[in-house]
Amino acid sequence: MNFGALLRIALRALAVNKLRSALTMLGIVIGVGAVIVMIAVGAGAHARVEEQIRALGSNLLLVTPGSTTAGGVRLGFGSRSTLTEDDAGAINREIPEALAAPALRGSAQVIWANTNWSTQIQGTTPEYLDVRQWPLAAGRSFEPAEMAAGAKVCLIGATVAKQLFGDADPLDQSIRIKRVPFTVIGVLEVKGQSLMGSDQDDLVLIPIKTARSRVLGTASAARNRTVSTIWVKAADGVDTRELEGQVRSLLRQRHRIQPGTDDDFSLRNLAEVMATQEASSRVLALLLAAVASVSLLVGGIGIMNIMLVSVTERTREIGLRMAVGARTRDILGQFLVEAVTLSLIGGFVGVAVGIGASMLIAELAGWRIMLSAQAVGLAVAFAFVIGVFFGFYPARKAARLNPVEALRFE
Amino acid sequence: MLIRTRDLVKTYRMGDSEIRALDRVSVDIDKGEFVAVMGPSGSGKSTFMHVLGCLDRPTSGQYALGEKRVSELGGDELAAVRNRSIGFVFQQFNLLPRTPAIENVELPLVYAGIERKFRLEKSKAMLERVGLGERAHHHPAQLSGGQQQRVAIARALVTEPLLILADEPTGALDSRTSLEIMGLLQELNRQGMTVVLVTHEPDIARFARRILGFRDGRVVQDDRNRALAA
Repeated sequence: MNFGALLRIALRALAVNKLRSALTMLGIVIGVGAVIVMIAVGAGAHARVEEQIRALGSNLLLVTPGSTTAGGVRLGFGSRSTLTEDDAGAINREIPEALAAPALRGSAQVIWANTNWSTQIQGTTPEYLDVRQWPLAAGRSFEPAEMAAGAKVCLIGATVAKQLFGDADPLDQSIRIKRVPFTVIGVLEVKGQSLMGSDQDDLVLIPIKTARSRVLGTASAARNRTVSTIWVKAADGVDTRELEGQVRSLLRQRHRIQPGTDDDFSLRNLAEVMATQEASSRVLALLLAAVASVSLLVGGIGIMNIMLVSVTERTREIGLRMAVGARTRDILGQFLVEAVTLSLIGGFVGVAVGIGASMLIAELAGWRIMLSAQAVGLAVAFAFVIGVFFGFYPARKAARLNPVEALRFE
Repeated sequence: MLIRTRDLVKTYRMGDSEIRALDRVSVDIDKGEFVAVMGPSGSGKSTFMHVLGCLDRPTSGQYALGEKRVSELGGDELAAVRNRSIGFVFQQFNLLPRTPAIENVELPLVYAGIERKFRLEKSKAMLERVGLGERAHHHPAQLSGGQQQRVAIARALVTEPLLILADEPTGALDSRTSLEIMGLLQELNRQGMTVVLVTHEPDIARFARRILGFRDGRVVQDDRNRALAA
């Protein structure tokens, strides 16, 4: 007996009890719908985090000076200037898998012609652009000679370029930072918002030596070559957590920290910081997974129940089919196809409901969702498996009926 | 010889006691015979019918249908014998509800794996043969009892079986319609079809040329070459 004939029999049998069939499908509809929403929300959240990691520069460690204790009073992070430019140099030298860039931060008023703008000034090295994976939109980066000499050149972020120059070309223009004239040699590409929501493009980069001696320097900073941050990028394929350990032990060694005492610096793994942000959406996905599995289970039991009722109601029909030549596998196939048809129709309706619900969530909660063909395929496959699994027992029961008793059944 | 049984025994367990529904039944039936199997309820006539119809297997003994030694076959092979070689007619018609007459008739051909186009042609021809060509697309609920039984007979004939097994075919019909149905079976027999009929009504058994009487699982009477009822 071919599949088309079995499908026709199944559809006719299901059409006889339309309301019953529809109610039986409901569990599958809700379960499959929940699977679709779960995957759409989960994938959306994951994509958002991935995007942020890409914007920030992937595989980043952030080293900042640590806290210190002065007479029993513990001061906050950054209260002691423990990190130096030489620490960054040492990381580059000692750990081949790492690329480090020191940064000395401050803020200042920047002036061009008759406009001015308050922005962040960052003294750093050319490695900074590689570490942050931040290409130039125009111009060039710092040259070694400029780094060594403490030249008065700068790279400006997209926001600064827009605020100071508007539509004019900033390259080779002279801007003043704290009354010191700088030549703009490059413009950075747009980077977008940081994790905390601040504008990363609102900054001016200058050589670190220039920053220390001319713009942001204090006497002690100049003497100790201290920096406010060291950015460390892991090479491709290197585990950031492993790198974190290497950087930590190197810095502890350089700072002569005894075993058992706290670090005098703080080390943050940005990929992990962002991973925690993903956790909140994961909770919802988990909740939906629970709803999905419970309703798929209940839906499956519902299908089994209705199929058992159907087998009993149609005992004489089964007997007759056997009498006219149906083999065991024909009867098994007939009821299995009926159960699977029921669960698959439920599955398709569930996919439609799930896509609708996902879009509604995107609209109302403003969450990012991502619908994929794989998710739909997975959900439909779930429905199919449930139909087979829960349909098998009733179908086998039908196929094992004794034809004589089935024909006599009242 | 179309049907040949030797020492058929069928026993059932009921609680502690064992019931012998068939007790060493040996019967031969030729091609083209019209046999009525009679007997009171519990005599074993229904069990005999089920064994002949390959719906049930004997506990012991041999049964050959045509060339086939049926008593040695497995489940799927028995299903194939039922499908190709036997046409059943039941007391309750056993038509699929909400299904047009023509689709009821084609059902055995569906299980035989015949192509749809050929199935419909053949089923249409069978419905015409039983006088229901006009009602091929009526559902059973739209047909009278006699018409439903004609559809069932068309279904029994559609695979061109070796024999028709009719189990109380007139039990659910009024007497006038009963005569019509028996007339139709008699006509089929005249055209060469072997018919085995189970009944407990002597009026119905009169249509057969041979009567097998059952009692307590044994054949107690075998009248051959009887005068036919008109």
